[in-house]
Amino acid sequence: MTFEYAPAPESASIVDIASSYGLFIGGEFVDATSGRSFKSVNPATEEVLADISEAGADDVDRAVRSARTAFESWGSLPGRERAKYLFRIARLVQERARELAVLETIDNGKPIRESRDVDVPLVAAHFFYHAGWADKLEYAGLGRDPRPLGVAAQVIPWNFPLLMLAWKVAPALACGNTVVLKPAETTSLSALAFADICRQAELPAGVVNIVTGAGDTGRLLVEHPGVDKVAFTGSTEVGKAIQRAVAGTGKRLTLELGGKAANIVFDDAPIDEAIEGVVNGIFFNQGHVCCAGSRLLLQESIADEALASLKRRLSTLRLGDPLDKNTDIGAINSLEQLERIRHLAGVGDDEGAERWTADCQLPAKGYWFAPTVFTGVTQAHRIAREEIFGPVLSVLTFRTPDEAVEKANNTPYGLSAGIWTEKGSRILWMADRMRAGVVWANTFNRFDPTSPFGGFKESGFGREGGLHGLAAYLEASDD
Amino acid sequence: MNTRSAPSGLDARPESLSRFLHGLPGVDEVGVAGRAAGLATRSIKQDSKRWAIDTAISMVDLTTLEGADTPGKVRAICAKAMRPDPTDDSVPRVAAVCVYGDLVAVARETVGDAVHIAAVATAFPSGRASLEVKLHDTRDAVAAGADEIDMVIDRGAFLAGDYDLVYDEIVAVKAACGTAHLKVILETGELRTLDNVRRASWLAMLAGADFIKTSTGKVSPAATPEVTLVMLQAVRDFHVRTGRRIGVKAAGGIRTSKEAIRYLVLVNETVGDAWLTPDLFRFGASSLLNDLLLQRQRMASGHYSGPDYVTID
Repeated sequence: MTFEYAPAPESASIVDIASSYGLFIGGEFVDATSGRSFKSVNPATEEVLADISEAGADDVDRAVRSARTAFESWGSLPGRERAKYLFRIARLVQERARELAVLETIDNGKPIRESRDVDVPLVAAHFFYHAGWADKLEYAGLGRDPRPLGVAAQVIPWNFPLLMLAWKVAPALACGNTVVLKPAETTSLSALAFADICRQAELPAGVVNIVTGAGDTGRLLVEHPGVDKVAFTGSTEVGKAIQRAVAGTGKRLTLELGGKAANIVFDDAPIDEAIEGVVNGIFFNQGHVCCAGSRLLLQESIADEALASLKRRLSTLRLGDPLDKNTDIGAINSLEQLERIRHLAGVGDDEGAERWTADCQLPAKGYWFAPTVFTGVTQAHRIAREEIFGPVLSVLTFRTPDEAVEKANNTPYGLSAGIWTEKGSRILWMADRMRAGVVWANTFNRFDPTSPFGGFKESGFGREGGLHGLAAYLEASDD
Repeated sequence: MNTRSAPSGLDARPESLSRFLHGLPGVDEVGVAGRAAGLATRSIKQDSKRWAIDTAISMVDLTTLEGADTPGKVRAICAKAMRPDPTDDSVPRVAAVCVYGDLVAVARETVGDAVHIAAVATAFPSGRASLEVKLHDTRDAVAAGADEIDMVIDRGAFLAGDYDLVYDEIVAVKAACGTAHLKVILETGELRTLDNVRRASWLAMLAGADFIKTSTGKVSPAATPEVTLVMLQAVRDFHVRTGRRIGVKAAGGIRTSKEAIRYLVLVNETVGDAWLTPDLFRFGASSLLNDLLLQRQRMASGHYSGPDYVTID
C-alpha cells in the first residue's frame, strides 16, 4: 500500500497583489521619476506577478532626503516611544502572518512550510526583540549615551526577503536610525507589504523608505553622500565593490556575504539526527542560504553508511508546488540563479566528482533543480570552494579531528560551521578552532534574534542580532 | 550506524550484548523532537485522509485491560472489532482485540478467526514475577486461543544493565509462544531516554521479537511520536542488516484520528510504505477507534455527527 499525500495547497486568495507598485518614500507610495519598471515573477510558474518601479538617481535622492528629515525627530524620540512602534510592527507581522508567508512563497519560490514556520515567525521575533532594546541602549556596552548614526542604506538579498529586511530594519529603528532599504529585484513584494505595515503602524513618515530596483539602484543608494551607514547582505563580489565605494567616505559599513560552510560529522555522531541536520543544512530554502552547510565533511570510517542514509533520506524529500503544505523543496528563485547552479554542477561533473540526484519529477514550468549530492569531492574541486547557492551538496571525507579542522577552515569564507558528535569535549575543541561566525553543534540553520550572526574572512564583517548587532547602528558615547 | 562491534548478519546473539547495545549510535533528543514536529506538519487531506483513516482502523488492536473486565465487556469489544460501524459494512475490521490472558477464551469464542486475539502476558504490566510464572502465563494464553502475545520486558533488569537476563527472557517467552506472534513491550515511559529506547529495541529484535511495542498503557508517558520514531529507525536499520521486517506497535495515549494519521506519516517517511500494513504497524488503543469512525463518517457525509453515532464498547 502506498500513502500518497493529496495536494494540500495553502490558499493564495489571502494576498492581494497589485498590478504595479511605486516606491515607498516619505510614508507613501509614489511613482518613480525614472519612469522605468521591471517585472516580478513567480519562479514556480513563471507567471508575472506585478510591475515594480525602478528607482533612479532622483528617486534614491528623494528617499535619502526623506529619511534625513525623519531622522531629526525619530533619532531624538525617547527609546520607549520608538519601542511602541516596533512592538506594533511585530504584532502586525503576526496578525498578517499567513498573508506574508503566502506572498513570500509566491514571490520567492520557497515552500510555504518554511515561510510559515520559519521566516515570518522570525521576522516578528526580530521586531519584538529589538523593540525591547529601544529603551535600554545604555546597557548595550557602548557607553552611557550611545547615539544613532543617522540614515542607514540597506541592501538585502532574495533568499529570505522579509527576514533579511527584519534583520536590517529592526535594529536600525530601535537604535534611532532611519532607513532606505532596497530589496532584491526578484523579491520586492514582501518589502512592499512591509511598507503597508509601517503605514498601518502609523510609523512616522520617512522613517522607513523602500526603493525597488536592481544593482544600479543599490549602487546609487550606497554611494549617496547623504547616507551615514551601509548594511549589505549578498554576494562577496558585490560586497567588495561596496567596500571600495564607501572607502574614505566615513560611512559605517557592515557586510554579510557568501559562505561555503562545512558540516562535520564524526563517527560518534547521533547519526540519524546528523543526517537530518545535513539535509536541513543544505536543502533548506533550496540551498539559497549564505550559511548553508554546502560541504559535508564525513569521517571516513562511517562515510559509506552515512551516504547510504543520506541518499535514502533525500529520496523522501517532496519537491513541487511551493504553496503545497507538504512541499519540502520549492523553486529556484530565478532563471539566472538556476543557470548558475547548473553551470557549477556541470563543473563538478567535468572535474570528475560523482553526481547523485534524488529521483523526483520536476514540474514542467518554473525554475527547478533536484536535490543533488556530489561524492568524491576534494579540496581541489571548484564545487568544494565556490558558493553554489543551490540544492547541491559536496561530500568530502576526513580521518582525524585535526584534518577536519584544516579542511573546514580551508576556504576563503567563514560564515558558519556544523559539528556533529556525541562527545561534548570534542564540540568545544572543534568550536574553538572553527574560523566561522556561527558554529552549530548537533543542529544546523537555527536562528534566533538574540544570537549574533555574521562572518569571518570573505564572509564579511559586523554582526546582526543580539547585543553585538546593536553596535552596527550606534555611535558609542565617551562615558 | 556505528554497530561495528556486532557480528555481521546478526543471526546469532552478539558476544557481548552490552558492548553491542552501547555501540549503537546515540540519539540526539532535540533532533528527534525536531524531526517528529516537522513531520507532524504534514497536511493529509481528502483521498489520502480517507485512505489513512481506513488503514488506521485496520491497524487497531482494540484493547481492554482493566481489573473490572468481564466476559460481557470482552464480548462487546469483540463485536465492535468485527464490525466497528454497524451502519457501514465498508469499514474494515480492526487488526486484533487485546485482552488479559484469562479472557482470551471468551474473546476467541466470540470472534472465531475473524480477527487476531492478542493477550498481554508475562505478569503484565510490571513484569515483576519469576520467569516460570511468565512462561506459564504465556502458555495459558496461547492454549486459550491467543495468536499474539504482548509481553513486557524486565525494565528493572534493563536499567540495571543486565541485558542478558532481558534477552534470555524474551527468547524463552518466544519459545513458549509457539506459532503465536510475539510483541515485546519496552515500556518506554520507564526507560526514559531515547538511547535506552534504541538499545531496548535492538535487544528485543535480536532476541526474536516479531513486534516491538512502546508501552503497556499503564505508565505515562505512553506512546509518543519521538519514541515511535526511534523505534521505527531501529526496525529500519535491523531490516537493512538482516533482511527481516519487525513490526512496531504504538500503544497508549493515541486518541484522535489526527494523531493516528501523524503516526502513519512517521511510518511512511521513516521506514516506507512496506510497513503500512497491520502486519507491521499497530495502534494499541481503545477510544481511538471511535474518533476514526467519527472522522470517517464526517468525510462520507460532509458533516460531523456526534458521540451517539458511534457505539460505545
